[in-house]
Amino acid sequence: MRIPLAAWCLAGPALAVIAIFFVLPVLCALALSLSDFDLYALADPANLRFVGLENYRQLLRLPLFWTALGNTLYFVVVGVPLSLLLSLAAAVLLNARAARWRPFFRTALFAPVVTTVVAVAVVWRYLLHTRYGWLNHLLGALGIDPIDWMGDPRWSMPAIVLFAVWKNFGYNMIILLAALQAIPDDLYEAARIDGAGAWQQFRHVTMPALAPVLLMVSILTLAGYFQLFAEPYVMTQGGPLQSTVSVLYLMYEQGFKWWNLGTASAVAFLLFALILAVTTLLVRAGRRLPGAA
Amino acid sequence: MATKASRDSAPRPRVPEPASAPLVRRRRLRAVFAAALALGAAAGLGACVPRDEGQTLTFWAMGREGEVIAELMPEFERSHPGLHVQVQQLPWKSAHEKLLTAFVGRSTPDIAQLGNSWIAEFAELHALEPLDDAVATSHAIDRSDYFDGIWRSNLAQGRLYGIPWYVDTRLLFYRSDLLRRAGFDQPARSWPEWERQLAAVQRVAGPGNFAILMPVNEYEQLTSFGLQQDEPMLQAQGRAGNFDSPQFRSALAFYVGIFDRGWAPRVSETQISNVWDEFAKGYFSFYISGPWNIGNFRDRLPPERQGDWMTAPLPGPTGPGASIAGGSSLVLFRGTRHPREAWELIEFLSEPRNQEWFRLRTGDLPPRRTAWAQPALAADPYARAFRDQLERAQPVPALPEWERIEDEMRLVSSLAVNHQLTVDEAARELQRRTDLILAKRRWVLERRERGS
Repeated sequence: MRIPLAAWCLAGPALAVIAIFFVLPVLCALALSLSDFDLYALADPANLRFVGLENYRQLLRLPLFWTALGNTLYFVVVGVPLSLLLSLAAAVLLNARAARWRPFFRTALFAPVVTTVVAVAVVWRYLLHTRYGWLNHLLGALGIDPIDWMGDPRWSMPAIVLFAVWKNFGYNMIILLAALQAIPDDLYEAARIDGAGAWQQFRHVTMPALAPVLLMVSILTLAGYFQLFAEPYVMTQGGPLQSTVSVLYLMYEQGFKWWNLGTASAVAFLLFALILAVTTLLVRAGRRLPGAA
Repeated sequence: MATKASRDSAPRPRVPEPASAPLVRRRRLRAVFAAALALGAAAGLGACVPRDEGQTLTFWAMGREGEVIAELMPEFERSHPGLHVQVQQLPWKSAHEKLLTAFVGRSTPDIAQLGNSWIAEFAELHALEPLDDAVATSHAIDRSDYFDGIWRSNLAQGRLYGIPWYVDTRLLFYRSDLLRRAGFDQPARSWPEWERQLAAVQRVAGPGNFAILMPVNEYEQLTSFGLQQDEPMLQAQGRAGNFDSPQFRSALAFYVGIFDRGWAPRVSETQISNVWDEFAKGYFSFYISGPWNIGNFRDRLPPERQGDWMTAPLPGPTGPGASIAGGSSLVLFRGTRHPREAWELIEFLSEPRNQEWFRLRTGDLPPRRTAWAQPALAADPYARAFRDQLERAQPVPALPEWERIEDEMRLVSSLAVNHQLTVDEAARELQRRTDLILAKRRWVLERRERGS
């Protein structure tokens, strides 16, 4: 098939932009990841060596990389379901017939999404403070000893999860709310006539109707949560004892702090491969779900 | 942030790199890397500077210093007709990235403020103009007037790349009332004496309180203890670490011991919401910090606590010890079109009168002894310990990798503080990690030597 010139003219500019600003940089980064580009190479290109897969090999042998991967997976495995459940619960509550002041709550719950992470991190540092924080006061009222949220390596990641989930759930909530509002009332009416209770309505009407949107939302959330960076960057700087170093944080440190662009690019490609694999699995699993397109 | 300097790079003239007959494939790859680099540079090009007909100097300065120094520029312009200085402020947090990007994109300023810990790195990049000749003929800048350690922090490979602008060293802030209650009139001068004081202060501090605060995410404390040893922390011109030496081990053991004996809380700086508040409450009595906290303690401690704090030089293993020679320097970037005028600006900023003007507005301490003779500073009781400490300030090793090594020092020592490693294991681990970091440097130095 011959593509007419007109089609090239129309698609050309967009293709050129994609090639220059996306394909080329990605290829360059791939080339970088096969080199030992660092400060010495920046000083003198003769100090640049082609190292093949050496960066990848060294990364896979670096304990910090596995720590970072473990931390990131912890964050994803705990954070994504928690975030989705919270978004769904908030959306269902907002969509309920009995809900009052809906616009107010919708705005209030969405507000954390649009606040600056740095500003709310300051507030959260106080909330999580070991001796003066509200969270520990609350736990104290329940008879639980104060938790050293930001100082104890066992609790720093839960603290980051709490912060991130609180910060992000409003975004998914709005998407899910829109999907909920699109479900026709007749379906619920029919279900009620058939004698379905609230749970059964949710299980057999709401969930199937939400399934495609939920799949989309979980893929987006998953990909987003794998790229954990800002929260540990402003809250803990990766500490204590590197318990909040994420893969992206590792990449930032390697690339922009130490200027080891070769290693940093390798980290980026490993993370890309990981996200690609996980989201592909999720999409495959999603296709088998009943009701999914 | 950003402190430090140079000790163990041997003076060696730089020679042009020999081309070592690279494979064609490699050459092609290099072209790709160059393209990647150019792309990165294009993305970071935010620093195009408009130049008018008269001579304009661009001056990059960081944070508060950048804000303040802009106010002094009209005076410089009055005494240097035809010159215009454009001050651009960089936030500290992104300053390093911006400077590197500017270097790659060939849009560096004429003159800049540079943390002296970065000098070795930018010298390695050939980004800076050596200043040895300018100093040799200068009337305004006299090397012997500068504190020696601070001056040496501007040397890389034996050449001078910066003129110290202000200094930043670490020493003791302490609660004099609590120290007196523990039975001591004077702060300690040596480690054994200090340990006795810490133990005594801990006894009177009360439950839940500590004798000293050394945030585990700060490296300056351990670095200072390491600098107090006669043995350097790196060996063979920065080719390898020297962290398994008995001397560094004793510094590490001293540091870890302070935590082990319950004198210091195992907390990081982010966990202390308000250092001044905690100091006033007696949560800790000793605190190792820098000059900026003189102003902070004056402003933020409650009035009834103002008589209860003082500063003291850092105790050393056997007597008054060394501390980090940190601070910022003024540098000329290579390729400046106005080297003479930019040098005049450095001379102007280095005048003791202007350093005092600057200190009054920023609290930054001057690097020159004559500036310290100004009455207001000489009479400041809190600054006295800094004056004393500066005579014993020591630069850290001058090599681009030092900050990474320091980062590993922080990480490994906090493992030892948390009992995940013993002191000996931590020293060995630090040595191992340092050798890994320095692998590329060894290769580069070897190549350079083969070429000469």
